[in-house]
Amino acid sequence: MPALLKDIMGWDDRLLARAGVPQYPCLIDQKHIVGELYDIINVPMTVWIDEQGRIVRPAESAGVNDGVRSLDPQTFTMPAEVVAEGKRLRTSYVDAIRDWVVKGDRSEFVLSPEEARRRTEGPDDTDALAMANFRLGEHLFERGHRDEALKYFAEARRLRPDSWCFIRQTWELEQPGKASGPEFFAAVQALGDRHYYTPLELKPSAK
Amino acid sequence: MPIEVIYGDRPSEAVTAKAERDNLWLSAAELAKISGWELKPEGVCKGDVCVPIPVGREADFVRDNRQSFNLASFARLLGQPMLHDDKNGVWYFGENAGTRRSALKSLEAPDFELPDLDGKMHRLSDYRGKKVLIAAWASW
Repeated sequence: MPALLKDIMGWDDRLLARAGVPQYPCLIDQKHIVGELYDIINVPMTVWIDEQGRIVRPAESAGVNDGVRSLDPQTFTMPAEVVAEGKRLRTSYVDAIRDWVVKGDRSEFVLSPEEARRRTEGPDDTDALAMANFRLGEHLFERGHRDEALKYFAEARRLRPDSWCFIRQTWELEQPGKASGPEFFAAVQALGDRHYYTPLELKPSAK
Repeated sequence: MPIEVIYGDRPSEAVTAKAERDNLWLSAAELAKISGWELKPEGVCKGDVCVPIPVGREADFVRDNRQSFNLASFARLLGQPMLHDDKNGVWYFGENAGTRRSALKSLEAPDFELPDLDGKMHRLSDYRGKKVLIAAWASW
C-alpha cells in the first residue's frame, strides 16, 4: 500500500494488521442505482441512515477534501501540510461515525430533519436525463454496442458535468485506466475555483 | 425488429411493440409486464395510484379498442426521462426527477436491492432496526 494512502487515511500498521474479511455487506452496483436514489456524484461519499430507515445525513463527501488536486501523479506524493489536513479530516469523520454509533440520535452529528433537507438538493430534469443517457449507454455497452454506448456516455457527461461518477465510470469503460489517468488529473485541475469534493459540513449549522 | 425496454431499475424486457418515431405502442399485457402499470377503465394504475388518461387526448394513449397503449405518451405525461436507440431497438424510461427529489426530501431512505460479492442479494429495508452507513466507493 502506498505510504501516502496510509498517511491520508490515518491507517497505521496496527490498524492494517487488523484488516480482514469485512463483516458488512459489500455490494456491487453496476448500474449506479444507489447513485441515482441518493444523488451520489463522486466517491467516496456516504449516507447515514438510522434504525427507522430515516436519513440523518444525506450524501456527503466521506471525510475527504480537495487534497487530490495537490497530488503529483508522477511521484504519487502530496505536500506534507495537505496530507496532514487530509488525515485530520478523515479522522474527524470516522470519529463522528463512531459517535453516532454509540449515541444514536443524541449524537451532535445527527442532523435535524430541516438541516438534512437543506443539504438535500436532489436531481433536476437535466440530471434525470443525464442518468437516462448513462443507463442506456451502459446497457448498450454491455450488449457489445460500444460506439452507440459511447455517444450516450458523452451526453450523460455533458448534461451532468458535476458527476465524477459519470465521468470516471464512462471513461473507464471507454478505455481501461482512463478514470485515473492523465485525463482525470487534467480534468480535476481544470476545475479552477470549483470544488472536486463539496466541502464537508461535519457539524450541523442548526438542530 | 424486437424491441427491448428498460423501465427504471427493472431488468430489460424484450417486447412485441411498435415504435413510431417518439411513440411506443404495446399491448396492455406487455405494459403490465415491463412497467407494473395496468390499463383500467379509470386510467393507468399501479397499486393505489391511478393516472387518468387526459380527456380529449385518448388517441395519444390508446388505440385499437384500447388493445394498444402508448407508453411514450404516458412517460411524457408523467415527466419521465425517455430515450430510444433506434439502431438497436432499445427504449429506456427513467424516473421523474421531481419524484426522486421528493423521495429524498422525505428523508425516508429509498429502498434498493443489490448483490454482494458472492451474488447474494441484499435489500436495504432488511436492515431496518440497525443503523446503516452507505459508503460509496469505486474501482471503476
